[in-house]
Amino acid sequence: MPKFDLKTAGPFIALVVVFTIGVLVNDAFLSSGNLSNILARSSFIGIVAIGATFVITAGGIDLSVGSMAAFISGCMILLMNALMDTIDSMVAIIILAIIASLGIGAVAGLINGLLTTKAKIEAFIVTLGTMGIYRSLVTYMADGGTLSLNFTIGDVYSEVYYGVFLGLPYPVWVFLAVAVIGYVLLNMTVFGRHCFAVGSNESVARYSAINVDRVKTATYMLQGVCVSIATIIYVPRLGSASGQTGILWELEAIAAVIIGGTVLKGGYGRIWGTVVGALILTLIGNILNLTDAVSNYLNGAVQGIIVIVAVYLQRGAWRRD
Amino acid sequence: MSDENTKSLIFSVKNLRKSFGPVEVLHGIDLTLRGGEVHAILGENGAGKSTLVKILSGFEALTQGELHISDGSGSSQRLTLWNNAIAEQAGVVLIHQEFNLAEQLTVAENIFLGNEINGRFFLDKKTMRIKAQEYLDVLRSDIDPDAAVDQLPVSAKQMVEIAKAQAKNARVLVLDEPTAVLTQQESQVLFELIDRFRQDGVAIVFISHKLDEIKQIADVITVLRDGELVGSYSAADLSKDDMARLMVGRELSSLFPEIPKVPDASKVVLRVSDLLLQGSSEPSSFELRKGEVLGFSGLVGSGRTALIETVLGLRNSAKGNTGRVELRGERVNFKQLSVARSKGVAYLTKDRKGSGLLLEKGLVFNFSLFSLHKISRLLIDTKQEDVAFKKAVETFDIRMKDKSIVAGNLSGGNQQKLLLAKILEAEPSVIIIDEPTRGIDIGTKSQIYHFIAELVASGHSLILISSDITEVIGLSHRVAVMYHSQISGVLEGDGIEEHEIMRYATGLKNKPSHHDQLGSGTSNA
Ligand SMILES: Nc1ncnc2c1ncn2[C@@H]1O[C@H](COP(=O)(O)OP(=O)(O)OP(=O)(O)O)[C@@H](O)[C@H]1O
Ligand SMILES: [Mg+2]
Repeated sequence: MPKFDLKTAGPFIALVVVFTIGVLVNDAFLSSGNLSNILARSSFIGIVAIGATFVITAGGIDLSVGSMAAFISGCMILLMNALMDTIDSMVAIIILAIIASLGIGAVAGLINGLLTTKAKIEAFIVTLGTMGIYRSLVTYMADGGTLSLNFTIGDVYSEVYYGVFLGLPYPVWVFLAVAVIGYVLLNMTVFGRHCFAVGSNESVARYSAINVDRVKTATYMLQGVCVSIATIIYVPRLGSASGQTGILWELEAIAAVIIGGTVLKGGYGRIWGTVVGALILTLIGNILNLTDAVSNYLNGAVQGIIVIVAVYLQRGAWRRD
Repeated sequence: MSDENTKSLIFSVKNLRKSFGPVEVLHGIDLTLRGGEVHAILGENGAGKSTLVKILSGFEALTQGELHISDGSGSSQRLTLWNNAIAEQAGVVLIHQEFNLAEQLTVAENIFLGNEINGRFFLDKKTMRIKAQEYLDVLRSDIDPDAAVDQLPVSAKQMVEIAKAQAKNARVLVLDEPTAVLTQQESQVLFELIDRFRQDGVAIVFISHKLDEIKQIADVITVLRDGELVGSYSAADLSKDDMARLMVGRELSSLFPEIPKVPDASKVVLRVSDLLLQGSSEPSSFELRKGEVLGFSGLVGSGRTALIETVLGLRNSAKGNTGRVELRGERVNFKQLSVARSKGVAYLTKDRKGSGLLLEKGLVFNFSLFSLHKISRLLIDTKQEDVAFKKAVETFDIRMKDKSIVAGNLSGGNQQKLLLAKILEAEPSVIIIDEPTRGIDIGTKSQIYHFIAELVASGHSLILISSDITEVIGLSHRVAVMYHSQISGVLEGDGIEEHEIMRYATGLKNKPSHHDQLGSGTSNA
């Protein structure tokens, strides 16, 4: 099928366009430092957005990811600081914190999943609720201020964010790995097919012997784990957590998913589209930093316009076929 | 036929062609519809009947050809601009093969959708409700105008569609397989109504795969084969065999195959005892033996689907239900359909659009959805998947011009074949099928019946729910008849006979439904 498919190609074209603008705007844009910085920064939103691709493909939505990231950061920092007294090995402490983080992410996802499937509350409402809960919990844990990671551990842990392998920072490798795994899971496994089916028509899915509740819950758990992975590489960058951590991540993640061509009502999902979406969003922020033409404060506005234009183009492409 | 009405309407198409993308599906069709005539369109699945009538009613654009309309006053007018709105203005109303109702609205709201009656400031809901009730009364339907459409069974939705056409003052009424979802009784009511439309000078187009019905009500018959016009004939000149031959292009063998007898030593595969359905006071019991076809008959709404779906855990049983389900002698609880499937039980839903197929997904995606476990370890083996799909396309004779279309673009009958292929790909040994041949042409129907006979011969067991009474009689070893959400009688051998079935189905006769008497034992008298 040599037919040109705007739905699939659209995000990639947009990426090239934004990238070209970057090159034109400032010479510094193409410096290797800047490019690897862009990639590393897009990893956070990117990893969260890959989880969101599953949730949205299966017909759900998760608004709680930003608060969840803040909450998990807070838990990790408190845990590591507490373990300082009992465990000598810094590496062991960090590994324990990572395991705890993954566990908390999975459980938080499980809670979202069970509330939507078993208690039959709309995903929008459930995750709006948990969004408030996690945000408030982390503020409480920090007593309204900031939780800071102990410096000794922070020094060791910072390697996770700043370390470089084959010229690329570790977070980029993690992003790539999550994307590849996400792609395989969504497009090549039974679970992925089930996500598409559930998002497309729940009743057909049920009559096709698919355990709809389990599939949906699994997508929320996957989302939780992705948030946790993003947090694991985020904590060493800042070394702290507060009520302001991860604010608006949910919107950026959903924007990345939508720009990538995944349909908000479910049934269609594209992992590489999401990856590209995350890159585009980060690029925009970066370019606005590098130019005086548009104020940096308008970052959100530009992102918003991009999302709306992307969806408009996708709709147009549907109507044609 | 009533030609005293000289001002009769004539609506015709000439040399009509239609392509979807590069693929042409109608290759030059001529058709003339006259007021006061019932014009049947016959053809195999995928022949192009629905596409043709969608063009007539402006739902699809034609690629080439001419449309003419005349009031019978002599001058005929060529229609250059034709779309759905203009067609409705001209009084051409199509009732789709797949319904077109706003599921969330009420019956009355649907009947007047796009046709609302306005009061001084707001919609005149009261008048619309009263009018809707009148239309439904004419149809002798007891549907509540205030009921939400998504709560209605399919046959009731059909009635709502017809009431909707009445509200639009149709002059050309196009019915695409209206009886596929109706019982015989309901169909007869519809035919009386069509007769009334005919006497009023309405031109009626009627599509059906049930040749009896066509014999009964058609004045003119047009046959399509693979997008070509075979010809238009006076209905009086064609026998049912002629129709089938013209459609298929060859002589057909007998519709029903010989169904092998159930061996005497055959074990009970599925036993359902004392299952209490929601809204029923009497529990139901039945059993199915290896190599047996157990038919379920009854009026629409008699609880056949509800019974099976309760057994399979797709619906909840009534509170306080103490019934049990045993599969091969072992008590089971089919909480999820996946449990049933893993034990070799498969179920074909009659709600093809709502629960059967993902209409906006591809054919292969739909085909393998129920049997993915067979072709995947860690990853799905897409090569194996393609091979299996190709094989199924042959076995079930699924016809499409283009393999890359989504399931919703298959013709109705071919969707049904795809659904059947999807279910059977899981290789179940107990197969429960609800209205399996709905919308399927006579040639393919016969193929499916022969396929069922083969399944039974190789030790599969079948439960067949069908509103097509000849199908139930022609295929079943025993027939359970349901009335008011309970089994009112079980017939076998020579006892399986249309009038007897009807007596149980309408509650005229009722056996004390205790499972000892409903078993597969020899005596039922
Ligand atoms: N939107 C579409 N895109 C592509 N192909 C289509 C579309 N709609 C119909 N077709 C194709 O046109 C052909 C004729 O289909 P149509 O629905 O008219 O058949 P039909 O005679 O009504 O069959 P049935 O008895 O099964 O309802 C089929 O090959 C079908 O796949
Ligand atoms: Mg059709």
